[in-house]
Amino acid sequence: MTINGWIQILVFCGVVTLLVKPLGGHMTRVFNGERTLLSRIFGPVERGLYAVAGTSEREEQHWTTYAAALLFFNLAGFLLLYFLQRLQGALPFNPAGMGAVPPELAFNTAVSFMTNTNWQNYGGESTMSYLVQMAGLTVQNFVSAATGIAIAIALIRGFSRASVKSIGNFWVDLTRATLYVLLPLSVVLALVYVYLGMPQTLGAYVEATTLEGGRQTIALGPVASQVAIKMLGTNGGGFFNANAAHPFENPDAISNLMQMVSIFAIGAALTNVFGRMVGNERQGWAIFATMAVLFLVGVVVCYWAEAAGNPLVNALGLEGGNMEGKEVRFGISLSALFAVITTAASCGAVNAMHDSFTALGGLIPLINMELGEIVVGGVGAGFYGILLFVILAIFVAGLMVGRTPEYLGKKIEAKEVKMAVLAILCLPLAMLVLTGIAVVLPDAVASIANPGPHGFSEILYAYTSAAANNGSAFGGLTGNTTWYNITLGIAMLMGRFLVIIPALAIAGSLVAKKTVPVSAGTFPTDGALFVGLLSGVILIVGGLTFFPALAVGPIAEHLAMLLGQTF
Amino acid sequence: MSQSKTTSLLDARILVPAIGDAFRKLDPRTLARNPVMFVVAAVSALATLLLVRDLSAGGGNIGFSFQIVVWLWFTVLFANFAEAVAEGRGKAQAESLRRTRTETQAKLLRGDDINNFKFVPGTSLKVGDVVLVEAGEIIPSDGEVIEGVASVNEAAITGESAPVIRESGGDRSAVTGGTQVLSDWIRVRITAASGSTFIDRMIALVEGAERQKTPNEIALNILLAGMTLIFVLATATIPSFATYAGGYIPVLILVALFVTLIPTTIGALLSAIGIAGMDRLVRFNVLAMSGRAVEAAGDVDTLLLDKTGTITLGNRQATEFKPVRGVTDEELADAAQLASLADETPEGRSIVVLAKEKYGIRARDMGSLHAHFVPFTAQSRMSGIDFDGSSIRKGAVDAVLRHVDRTTVASTGGTASVAVREPQAARELQAIADEIARAGGTPLAVVRDGRPLGVVHLKDIVKGGIKERFAELRRMGIRTVMITGDNPMTAAAIAAEAGVDDFLAQATPENKLNLIREEQAKGKLVAMCGDGTNDAPALAQADVGVAMNTGTVAAREAGNMVDLDSDPTKLIEIVEIGKQLLMTRGALTTFSIANDVAKYFAIIPAMFLAFYPQLGALNIMGLTTPESAILSAIIFNALIIVALIPLSLKGVKYRPVGAGALLSRNLLIYGLGGLIVPFIGIKVIDVVITTVGLA
Repeated sequence: MTINGWIQILVFCGVVTLLVKPLGGHMTRVFNGERTLLSRIFGPVERGLYAVAGTSEREEQHWTTYAAALLFFNLAGFLLLYFLQRLQGALPFNPAGMGAVPPELAFNTAVSFMTNTNWQNYGGESTMSYLVQMAGLTVQNFVSAATGIAIAIALIRGFSRASVKSIGNFWVDLTRATLYVLLPLSVVLALVYVYLGMPQTLGAYVEATTLEGGRQTIALGPVASQVAIKMLGTNGGGFFNANAAHPFENPDAISNLMQMVSIFAIGAALTNVFGRMVGNERQGWAIFATMAVLFLVGVVVCYWAEAAGNPLVNALGLEGGNMEGKEVRFGISLSALFAVITTAASCGAVNAMHDSFTALGGLIPLINMELGEIVVGGVGAGFYGILLFVILAIFVAGLMVGRTPEYLGKKIEAKEVKMAVLAILCLPLAMLVLTGIAVVLPDAVASIANPGPHGFSEILYAYTSAAANNGSAFGGLTGNTTWYNITLGIAMLMGRFLVIIPALAIAGSLVAKKTVPVSAGTFPTDGALFVGLLSGVILIVGGLTFFPALAVGPIAEHLAMLLGQTF
Repeated sequence: MSQSKTTSLLDARILVPAIGDAFRKLDPRTLARNPVMFVVAAVSALATLLLVRDLSAGGGNIGFSFQIVVWLWFTVLFANFAEAVAEGRGKAQAESLRRTRTETQAKLLRGDDINNFKFVPGTSLKVGDVVLVEAGEIIPSDGEVIEGVASVNEAAITGESAPVIRESGGDRSAVTGGTQVLSDWIRVRITAASGSTFIDRMIALVEGAERQKTPNEIALNILLAGMTLIFVLATATIPSFATYAGGYIPVLILVALFVTLIPTTIGALLSAIGIAGMDRLVRFNVLAMSGRAVEAAGDVDTLLLDKTGTITLGNRQATEFKPVRGVTDEELADAAQLASLADETPEGRSIVVLAKEKYGIRARDMGSLHAHFVPFTAQSRMSGIDFDGSSIRKGAVDAVLRHVDRTTVASTGGTASVAVREPQAARELQAIADEIARAGGTPLAVVRDGRPLGVVHLKDIVKGGIKERFAELRRMGIRTVMITGDNPMTAAAIAAEAGVDDFLAQATPENKLNLIREEQAKGKLVAMCGDGTNDAPALAQADVGVAMNTGTVAAREAGNMVDLDSDPTKLIEIVEIGKQLLMTRGALTTFSIANDVAKYFAIIPAMFLAFYPQLGALNIMGLTTPESAILSAIIFNALIIVALIPLSLKGVKYRPVGAGALLSRNLLIYGLGGLIVPFIGIKVIDVVITTVGLA
């Protein structure tokens, strides 16, 4: 570990923390329907869209209506994306002449982008036409992110409103998230990325003659615009197969920092939106602090493990940390940091190959995802994810102050506990059960690149990433098979909708409750005690669930390495 | 029933039958009420089958398997035992209640004539029947006195042997079946049929037969079921992980891991905690009609307390003599004492006491003074004494001044009122009186032969220590509101002295009800106690309504708790018991979940050792062998249930220190303690069983 490495990590943390308040303020105004600087530009567009959709910003929805609208919208998005891929050969903007995407892969990809996962069983430059990339994938990058934000806002309203039935209007929240948050930020980011050297063209791939005289096709395309939203919306689906390790997708340290910051920006700011909406910003900061604690622990362990490298390699006289699978322009510090960020948030973009990390270095991204990506998390998804754990923590510990547990004046009762448990349960269901099946299926095991515990980790990582809607790949696993296309698709659907529906149900239940006034008997949820409690519950519940799987995967691998055996 | 009859935790009379009950509760229908323990019983049965199979096949490590199975069943039995012990304490109480419910003959009246009755069995009485109960007879069923006055021995339900007065009309008209009339006779209209009387309900409550899961308990059960499912997923996937690694893990070991991981500790003790909570209330001589009410008591935000009897001693007492100018303290005290000698009211007696304490004025013999006592009437609003041609009066200031005017007019024929003759004294008297009233006291003017002497300050005496109780409640986050019929000025003064947060002066049943509704609209939970029929609407509206046992039938029906001692201060203890109940559940849940960390470290290395020997590094406790590790974990898991039975019955101690401090304390004990204790416990068990050669 180097001073330089730590400075880069601290710069990142500082920038994110500084963004929380201004971005949070802007988003709060947007979702409260107040005027912002952008209202002049997007106001007419917004009203026009409502008119076309036959709704209005004054129309409010019960949680079931909200959920139905959300499901309908996602289904429509899935179908559109599926058929765009299947028919791309006959559609325009296809200079490379890509043929139809096979059905299982098209299913996997459509689910993947609709659920904000962006698991990619395809190589972008060799599979997708420009039209699919722009009208299909990029559109889903926007709306899947906006969907996540909408759910988070709806759940926040569960706490900020009292004794009403409605949790907002899905169409309005979706439109506002897209128009006032994602779109303007993406435009600015894309322009800077172009300035930094990313391609943004609809022209054909370029043929180049290398120094050796060989011929090479250099893939191009509308990269900058897609990179902007893939990070901001924590989608993570790379334009190129190599994702953010590719020089066109991530040219230098500045673009790397911007991408890392934009992964966390909205998720972190949502804690502030929460604080503002419930009328006490400290509540938001307490959640932010919990995320920060878990994040920093992850960064320290991951950076330490990578910087320490492999003792077996070191013993051969190769000093230094583990540089396998890392880009020299980022080095160990930024690769480790990026890996923790991308899995803490449900982004899934990578600037290094996680498969090549040391066992413990790879353990951190795995744990991040297994916890449900609640450390900042996917835009919206991370926030409603951590609120589920808040409900759990408050319920168990809240009883210890001798009152029916309450959070922000809302009593946490059977209905909330039931829904939170259901949502938390669906992750191990998808991750562990599907892994359990895959590791004993010869066809599925054939996809792994390495034997032993490392191969196990590859499969576990794939299902974990899919169910957590992360989309990053450990690498090493050949995912484009019928088995993985279908089962990973199922994992993604479970991880997304089996969390969303209970989260909205909780919002619907909370919004109808009275707000109990704070008294000396109320357990304070805006201080260090709460941060400690919440972090503890997250680590213990998450840790207990996945301990056996981690023991036979990365932990066994790490301990074997210490004994001189690698996989 | 009385506190003196409390049974100790380790009473053999309860423990021995509980062992039998623990086995009886293995009935699947009983077990099904508790999802966690039902699952444990199911997998224990499975493990037993596997053991039988291994026995017949003759393979495997039979000794080890046998011990695992035995400890699995012990886990279930210990849980049943905990519940049985909790119920046993209630059963003992129910037994003593049943003895009072002897078969009685009732005198069923045919009409208004109390001599026209026929004997019928008490059990045949219907609601609305009217019976006659005479001295020495047992009241056949619950009812309301509609005629007569009688002293009644209610020891059967309150444990208090001093008889109480029951009379028709007013707030003391309710009688309870099974209690005995000691003197006189009463006509009682039956309000509860046999089987649904107060005592029947008490028996059912203390026995736990009517126990329904409370909202919080339901929520907790859902959480525990969820945790159980998570561990189903965590353990059920292990075999395929092992297969991938080329190994095999016996089902018995998976079962052992599963049972140690699921929250058996809290699952086993959950119902015992609930029963014990009700039981603690019964020990306080409070009957909760539902567990929901006990739980709500812990959540109470606002406490409505009647001033009289709860906050103040109930009677006003003289605290000071304030003479007008020109009159000495002794002079006033002497006159006041004389005027009060024959006054048997508590106020009058307190004047005599004060005169003696402060000025050494002894009581004088009324007879030797040839005095004539003038009693208090509602018309004159004063009392006094006439002797040796002298007359002393004490009473409300305006009444006394009017009296002075009248007598002066009569005796002297003059027309000047006292305000004219002695303007100074009259004005001063009024000024002193106003000052006393402002301070929350009651002024009592004293005149002797038409001359105002001064004012006696009668004061509501705030109970000793009550201010500290209210401060305690404030730290608990509970707001206290004093309810009084006094005028706002007096109320404010007493409220300030007692340290309540707010008061409702000139209270009527309507504005009491409105106050409760207002508080509830703000999202608060309100507790109150009351006894009169006019309290019934408010009792019903309040989230926790404690009816006094001396109260009317209407009040008793409206409340969700009955205080057998009729002590309104008990509301505070009830709140604490409610909080204790919730805290105990939370503490044991936290403890149970935190325990799992150590169990993983015991079992996971042992489990995978065969094919991932490097995982032996996780055996941080240094357990001797894989078998001893697994066995130690499961033994610890079973024994901790027994070890925690006393805590679950007694409850976690509640301290009124504010939520933050309370939580950090409990987190430290039950969270951090829950992490550390099993590491030590499992290690110790490992050492023991290896030494004695069990593994």
